Amino acid sequence: MTIRETYPALTRDHRPLFTGHRATPQMDPALKIVIVDENPVRAAILADGLREGGYARVTRIEEMTNLLARIYTLDPDVILIDLENPSRDVLAQMFQVSRAVKRPVAMFVDQSDAAAIEAAVDAGVSAYIVDGLKKERIKPILDLCVSRFNAFARLQDELERTQNALSERKTIDRAKGILMKARNIGEADAYALLRKTAMNENKKIAEVAQAVVTAAELLK
Amino acid sequence: MSADRLRIGFIPLADAAALIVAVDKGFAAQEGLAIDLVREVSWSNVRDKLNIGLFDAAHLLAPVAIASSLGIGHVKVPLLAPFVLNCNGNAITVSPALYEALAASADGTLHDPNVSARALAGVVRRRRERGDAPLVFGMTFPFSAHNYLLRFWMAAGGVDPDEDVALVVLPPPYMVDSLSSRQVDGFCVGAPWNSVAVELGVGTILHFGCDVVARAPEKVLAVRAAWAANRADTLARLLRAISSAVAFINDPAHLDEVAMLLAAPRHLDVSAALIRATLEGRLRTKLGGSPRTAPDYLVLGRDDAARPEPIDAAWLYAQMVRWRQTALSADALATAKACFRPDLYDAALGSGVKPDRAADAFGAFAGPAFDADDISGYVAAFKAP
Repeated sequence: MTIRETYPALTRDHRPLFTGHRATPQMDPALKIVIVDENPVRAAILADGLREGGYARVTRIEEMTNLLARIYTLDPDVILIDLENPSRDVLAQMFQVSRAVKRPVAMFVDQSDAAAIEAAVDAGVSAYIVDGLKKERIKPILDLCVSRFNAFARLQDELERTQNALSERKTIDRAKGILMKARNIGEADAYALLRKTAMNENKKIAEVAQAVVTAAELLK
Repeated sequence: MSADRLRIGFIPLADAAALIVAVDKGFAAQEGLAIDLVREVSWSNVRDKLNIGLFDAAHLLAPVAIASSLGIGHVKVPLLAPFVLNCNGNAITVSPALYEALAASADGTLHDPNVSARALAGVVRRRRERGDAPLVFGMTFPFSAHNYLLRFWMAAGGVDPDEDVALVVLPPPYMVDSLSSRQVDGFCVGAPWNSVAVELGVGTILHFGCDVVARAPEKVLAVRAAWAANRADTLARLLRAISSAVAFINDPAHLDEVAMLLAAPRHLDVSAALIRATLEGRLRTKLGGSPRTAPDYLVLGRDDAARPEPIDAAWLYAQMVRWRQTALSADALATAKACFRPDLYDAALGSGVKPDRAADAFGAFAGPAFDADDISGYVAAFKAP
């Protein structure tokens, strides 16, 4: 619904939303690409992806001071910026009538590309291109952005989960140690006790272990 | 009955108050609405997420709603403003060094924007004679009252904002840093950033926005035109919830509570005292100075300010034309005026059909009276800087 109501032109002439039968996307290694992202890891992941994809002229900007001046100096064909970046508004200035602008730059929002835009915004990235650049040449870059941004988000989730698991394991180890000492039992028995209690109380082992650790601190 | 679920985007600023209060004080729930307020970091994000339907409604710069409907500077998506969240709320802040230079160049009191604008022209001239780089001023977005207020003010003193100084977009949270690191010499921004600069001793508030234009439309509640048509009942309930929030906010008995609520980390995440001062229009203009009081510093919907008047949209459109963001056309003017929808406001709030305001109530400190029927004459009447 949102695509149709947003882009009435689509509803009028019933053009397809997806671009399957359009011209094949063309890879263009000569394109100058600038990545604006304060997150150095994500920027590196995206830059690597673009280089692997054959784009040789990729520059990263991680420092936001004088952003516009840096962009004008680099004179890119494509600008990729993450949506968590407040400096996105700075780029809005590029579209203004101004003598300072060397080349007019237009945002990659053609009214026939609603699906591509939604995918990009959903992944947390936005793209700007120089005016007149054919969108078939941009499509592979945008697709790559979406997949790399999504991959980064998954990586972060995984990292968080790993860190949580690690800290849970530490807590369980501490709880085991406390039980072994207090009840004079072996490690396997201590773990079995934690597990049994967790099952009886319908809790996670880590939660029971945390309770043991907290109680031991209180009773010190 | 399950509540209607809405996602509404906002930027953490004092003028998002009505949305925050509508949700947190239960006015939305009373109307059967469950609202997720989503905090965003840029106006571009708010606009894009509203445009593609990730948001149902948004706290938006009034000129952005018009620019989007006209397709200026970005993809064309018709938006409507059925509620004006506030008038005013901005201030022009300059570095202590520029303030000193303006004072030395002033032919009267700097409180008078005519005097300060002429003083600015003098400073600009002397800098050029010395071969110094042009002064740089920050503002928040090309389509914003901040941009138009700065330009209006300096042009009145004979400064050409495109030739004599540099105007740059800066995200509000970076304004103060940029002023203290001398990357900009001044800026126009909303609350609380002017006060933050003052309290850190890196800026002096030269003018409240209302010194330049006494009553300037600032942020609106924006929705897609198609959404408004499909969800007319939901929209009416949303407007009632926001209107109740506005009444709550404007009751002086609730000042502390509203300030605390806005100050919360999940909302603006700044000191409640600063927000309270903003709501009261009682701001220190320089470090250690005594506060200056202006009841119209920030008008959150009181005195019918929430009713979206087409003449307000026409005035904003005229600023776009004046600064060559777009060319004047009768069709575009009609589209701009149709963004502001007093009929939706009147219908939702049951306030009966009222006549739209026709006369200039903007109270600009300089320039011709505004006539929505003669924008070409209005723009021409500003003497060429």
